[in-house]
Amino acid sequence: MQAAAPDWRSQVMRGLRDAALTTLIAFGLLLPLLGFQTVTDIRNQLILQTRFPLLFALTAAIGLLRLAYSLLLESRLERRAARPVAAAVPTRFDWRASAGKWFIPFGIGFVIAYPLVVLALYGRTGAVKWIDNFGIQILIYVMLGWGLNIVVGLAGLLDLGYVAFYAVGAYSYALLAKAFGLSFWILLPLAGCLASFWGLLLGFPVLRLRGDYLAIVTLAFGEIIRMILINWVALTNGYAGIGGIPRPTFFGIPFNADDNGFAATFGLEFFPIYRTIFLYYLILGLALLTAFVTVRLRRLPVGRAWEALREDEIACRALGINTTNTKLTAFAIGAMFAGFAGSFFAARQAFISPESFTFLESATILGIVVLGGMGSQIGVAIAAILMIGGTEILRQLDFLKDIFGRDFDPTQYRMLLFGLGMVLMMRWRPRGLITRRAPSVFLKERKSIAADLVKETLVKEGQV
Amino acid sequence: MAGNRDILLRVEHLTMRFGGLVAVDDLSFEARRGDITALIGPNGAGKTTVFNCITGFYKPHCGRIGLCHGNPALWSELDALTASGRRSTRRTDGALYQLERMPDFLVADQARVARTFQNMRLFPGMTVLENLLVAQHNPLMFASGYTLLGIFGLSSYRSAERAAIDKARHWLGRVGLLARADDPAGDLPYGDQRRLEIVRAMCTDPVLLCLDEPAAGLNPHESAELNALLLSIRDDCAVSILLIEHDMSVVMEISDRIVVLDYGVKIAEGTPTQVRDDTKVIAAYLGVADKDVAKVEAEVGL
Repeated sequence: MQAAAPDWRSQVMRGLRDAALTTLIAFGLLLPLLGFQTVTDIRNQLILQTRFPLLFALTAAIGLLRLAYSLLLESRLERRAARPVAAAVPTRFDWRASAGKWFIPFGIGFVIAYPLVVLALYGRTGAVKWIDNFGIQILIYVMLGWGLNIVVGLAGLLDLGYVAFYAVGAYSYALLAKAFGLSFWILLPLAGCLASFWGLLLGFPVLRLRGDYLAIVTLAFGEIIRMILINWVALTNGYAGIGGIPRPTFFGIPFNADDNGFAATFGLEFFPIYRTIFLYYLILGLALLTAFVTVRLRRLPVGRAWEALREDEIACRALGINTTNTKLTAFAIGAMFAGFAGSFFAARQAFISPESFTFLESATILGIVVLGGMGSQIGVAIAAILMIGGTEILRQLDFLKDIFGRDFDPTQYRMLLFGLGMVLMMRWRPRGLITRRAPSVFLKERKSIAADLVKETLVKEGQV
Repeated sequence: MAGNRDILLRVEHLTMRFGGLVAVDDLSFEARRGDITALIGPNGAGKTTVFNCITGFYKPHCGRIGLCHGNPALWSELDALTASGRRSTRRTDGALYQLERMPDFLVADQARVARTFQNMRLFPGMTVLENLLVAQHNPLMFASGYTLLGIFGLSSYRSAERAAIDKARHWLGRVGLLARADDPAGDLPYGDQRRLEIVRAMCTDPVLLCLDEPAAGLNPHESAELNALLLSIRDDCAVSILLIEHDMSVVMEISDRIVVLDYGVKIAEGTPTQVRDDTKVIAAYLGVADKDVAKVEAEVGL
């Protein structure tokens, strides 16, 4: 007990020092960010305003939080780290295994029932927002995440220009549907084929590149596609985009208020939500197709070759694997799913422009894959729900206006929260939400593989 | 040269330069079918470079590397093959390959030359069994109809996969790794990883197995086990072995022929006893000139 008192005092001193340092850093950062604000006055001139009370309040709050962290949490975390952990591991692992067993059927059941539940809760007009903004929007990104997961997570090829294939799919559908009047169901596979063709085109020149160099070339490729879409005005209508894209029909029956429309054919009262629900199940089907194909491919020699390629390319060549073809199939299949998603996107929006296919989209999709844990499909789905759903929830938080005033717009803090989330992830789960790799084949029992053995795309790259 | 009867691999005038450094200089040797041929020499002698040339990872500047499957009479067509500019001649009773013309993965896939690496290249994040299935990629790829048929779960693919697993099981049983089949390869102890890399190479059904220092880092007991494994591969599977090794207890015990390299030049060739007594070899290993060998040996008390 005697030794504890000076120990505690030194801890307080250390806490105070850390808190002071944190306060100083926060002040330095927040002074330009929060301390000053430019406002347009009545004469349309920019004037500089100061917001010192807000600045001081936030800085003080940060300092106090840091102090509380060092005094209350840090000592406990240290104590926990010092304790032996061997005994706790098996029970925790069992819990995870049983959770994994019911998670997939429960998840699929939930997404199938989701529109009906929302319909029952919010009625036929109120539910559109929930199905469209949350359901469809998230599922598009789940599908894109799963598609990119093939390239990045399985084959280990860092692709920063994935949105280019999404754009190819969207423009293929838009242009072909407008020019030739072909139906969605013909153009969907066609858009996938065109996107995977462009995937092969990108694949050829970058075959010898890995890691950072590959990332730079794919980034450039994404920008090239976007620049073509902007500048080839005769074909793509440039910045103005393409409008009036034909909507998908229910196997030939359009979703409109006409006599031969969906509602009239089935003897229902016309509501726009029928189309939304149809689109929801369409993208759900496409996403599940992506997942199914990926699961199957992982158990086929080509999928194993992708993963072996991620682990060690030279060993693959020594075993007679044609690494060129293996990489190209990864690019082509990943691009194909982006093409499907793109043509769905064009059909859903009925309007597309190059604005939808910026680098930020590629970064978001890659962020989903990294956040989810590379190679893990469940992880990618959870990450997509968190990132896209989180953004949408920010739009719904109207009650915050009552607290922070009418000018407060929560969506403006999207990137801030996104960045915070990424920092926290890098601190606590640097390899993503789900890090264990499930083997594709087993002799007696399927043991999942710890992440530290599995090669990752973003680290340990560059050699060979 | 004892005629073409038993020759599997023939390296002729092989030269490989890296900038100004001549790593392999006009090297010629032969590996006989059913033999364990060892390639030894001091560090930096160019042994691994020779391996990389044979397995297609390097393109040599000069020279030719011939490999014959089946009927040895095919060797008489080597000059015609060289002149034709093609990679291989195939007949019903065998095939002749010119390895320096083939990319690395075809050397493994068509010419059936498997190799291991000096600092192991396993797939650490995949299980032991998966490692062995990746080695059987090409036959499985064919069985899966290049993925198109396999994706629909056709039974022909499933039976091919079962056969591949059985083969992996056979090899794992042989090296005592069956109990660890479902563990990640990166979790195995060092000696087991070495053996796994050898059986992974064996799963590609090679005619020639090139092992780059398989005994490095093994204790004497493990080295003895390795000797037994290599001898059984040679005798039971009729696979010829080309071996780089520093561990003389391995080299002298199991090699049928030894080729000694120093600074990229062949300084001796023969049976283990011949090589052991060769002054040039001793000089190279002691790092002294030939004439000083007797003096140094006297100093160290040999």
